[in-house]
Amino acid sequence: MGGIHPKTYKFSAGKQIQAAPIPNQAIIPLGHYLGGPSLPIVKAGDRVKVGQMIGQASGFVSANVHSSVSGIVNKLDSHIDASGYNVPSVFIDVQGDEWLESIDRSIEIGRECTLTSTEIIKKISESGIVGLGGATFPTHVKLTPPPGKKAEILIINAVECEPYLTCDHQLMLEKTEEILIGITILMKAIQVEKAIVGIENNKKDAIDLMKKYAKSFAGIEIMSLQVQYPQGGEKQLIDASIGRQIPSGSLPIEVGAVVQNVGTTFAVYEAVQKNKPLIERVITITGKSVKNHSNYRARLGTPLANIVDHAGGIPEDTGKIVAGGPMMGRALVSLEVTVAKGTSGVLFIQTPEAARKKMQNCIRCTKCVVACPMGLEPYLLMSQSERSMWTEMEKDRIMDCIECGCCSFCCPSNRPLLDHLRYGKSSVGKIIRNRQTKK
Amino acid sequence: MDKLIISPSPHIHSGDSVSKKMQQVFIALVPAYLAGLYFFGIGALIISFTAMISCVVFEYLIQRFLIKGSPTIADGSALLTGILLSFNLPSNLPVWIVIVGSLVSIGIAKMTFGGLGNNPFNPALVGRVFLLISFPAAMTTWPKPIPFNMEYLDAVTAATPLAVLKGQSPEIPSTLNLFLGNMGGSIGEVSALALLIGFAYLLLKKTITWHIPISILLTVFVFTAILYYADPNAFIATPTFHLLTGGLMLGAIFMATDYVTSPMTKTGMLIYGVGIGLITVIIRVFGSYPEGVSFAILIMNAFTPLINTVVKPKRFGEIKKA
Repeated sequence: MGGIHPKTYKFSAGKQIQAAPIPNQAIIPLGHYLGGPSLPIVKAGDRVKVGQMIGQASGFVSANVHSSVSGIVNKLDSHIDASGYNVPSVFIDVQGDEWLESIDRSIEIGRECTLTSTEIIKKISESGIVGLGGATFPTHVKLTPPPGKKAEILIINAVECEPYLTCDHQLMLEKTEEILIGITILMKAIQVEKAIVGIENNKKDAIDLMKKYAKSFAGIEIMSLQVQYPQGGEKQLIDASIGRQIPSGSLPIEVGAVVQNVGTTFAVYEAVQKNKPLIERVITITGKSVKNHSNYRARLGTPLANIVDHAGGIPEDTGKIVAGGPMMGRALVSLEVTVAKGTSGVLFIQTPEAARKKMQNCIRCTKCVVACPMGLEPYLLMSQSERSMWTEMEKDRIMDCIECGCCSFCCPSNRPLLDHLRYGKSSVGKIIRNRQTKK
Repeated sequence: MDKLIISPSPHIHSGDSVSKKMQQVFIALVPAYLAGLYFFGIGALIISFTAMISCVVFEYLIQRFLIKGSPTIADGSALLTGILLSFNLPSNLPVWIVIVGSLVSIGIAKMTFGGLGNNPFNPALVGRVFLLISFPAAMTTWPKPIPFNMEYLDAVTAATPLAVLKGQSPEIPSTLNLFLGNMGGSIGEVSALALLIGFAYLLLKKTITWHIPISILLTVFVFTAILYYADPNAFIATPTFHLLTGGLMLGAIFMATDYVTSPMTKTGMLIYGVGIGLITVIIRVFGSYPEGVSFAILIMNAFTPLINTVVKPKRFGEIKKA
């Protein structure tokens, strides 16, 4: 239901992943994912190697953080992140590129996995893996269903429905077998026999390649999906692949599904088969005026400015720089922000397009209602939000909003629908939490 | 590079705009406009321009001097109200009456409620019905369709086909003439062919969907068919006749589909369309007015907020109560 069809602008499709230059100083945030920030276990002056743990998970819903470079810890201080806020980070002066001996850096593909389900999840947890699709939810938590709930199927999100981004696409073309092995590892972890890989049908080369390799693996189905935003939204993907709609307020496990991004799957392969914690990821550098559209493998903590310089620098007509995709990404305050676990790309948006147009009255054209993938009425929710009608908003299902942005995208009156929806969600969320604590 | 813009997502936009929507409707109206100019000549030209100019001027003046807000005439909605109003008028209507109609449409039906998007009733139809009730004689003398008629106020008049049904004249034009528009009526309503071409364009450009026009036309067709086949002697008009005469085509395609006054869900639109169809036929067949579309649409406009409250879109993951 709903959805939009923005131009896909996959300028960087087919661009081979290249290694981004290692910076002189890596600034690794300690809490750049969903969950409690990790606690630093290093201090200024400590010598670290690539893969060495520098931050410990602070609870169950938290993740370990590892050094992506080798060198000496300079300091623990705040540094700006994609949200525009300063967050606690570890500053490391880079010296050489020395990795922990336990990490297997050979290029041979590790096919055998003899670990049990519990051991796999423990390995994933130790390696600091979080969802690389953008939500950055700690993976080991997702793989541990709450008591009483059992997973029936694993769904791999290789949809990449956001325009411009191509990191998942390229990863599938270059690391096909590794990804499929990662899928079998995840299947073992949650003890399911079946996995579906959802890929939008504009990535035909990836679909064909994955299908070819998937033949050697039991229970893995490669499913070609219609090109639509937000096909890659968890709820939408589950509906499209197995025809089940998660009820309002529930999680995928409610319908027996566990969803993992394909980039996360590759990280799982590297963690389990190669002992390599999460220290780098693929990001796309692109935009209409960018000269060298590229996909880079970048170490966490690399200042984005470094990578952008390598790709040819900031285009002259840039009005906005976005970390992530154009629909849900964050506008950056500066390129001093460093690569985090959830950074999927850097987008340069030209000046005229970057500015919002003047808002007009709602003309009740129904475009937002038609576009909403959750069946909500954004025009109504915005009016209610403007009048602080929280009770009515809760009844009209504001908490179902996935903040995909389809409504704001298609509004002919340029109304800031998503802004009001987000505000409403946070206000109603507060009310709901207060209600629950009172119980 | 200038300063960076920071604003929340999404950072791209479809490029759609209110003026684009208005432009699409204007283009869709061109065939009907040409048909109106052909069949009604100079009168059609004078009235359409008078209405368009008056509507724009009134909106500008009201905004500038009464409301003291920023001008909105650039979005094209006042111009559109003007041309739609003129399409609902006979081509021999005096200029001053057209101006009064424009003042009512823009001033009363639109601006008093807060301008574009806030009006509960279709502004052009409110203007038209106001004129019908205030100047019944002038509003019901219909010029005969004469190609490129150069007579304006002195145009030769004849009864419209619907008036024929009420026993006012023995002549009914052939079905082909009804389809092409060779009959008496308002400037924009006569040519079903021209209006349908416009409909096709609107569907192609996704300006509107089929739900409202088809539900109206189908309801009228089915209801009149039931009456006709039940008692052909009492209800002498065929369903086809009903579809092609009066303001039904114009109303179904261009007036009832006005965004602001129609429901927000597809199911709601179907209910709305069926309501309009039913009321139109009831007024035409059992009421004393020969034409009922304008009233039917205005009545259903009143129901739109209720329809929106009761008919909600299908929610994702809605648990069906067993």
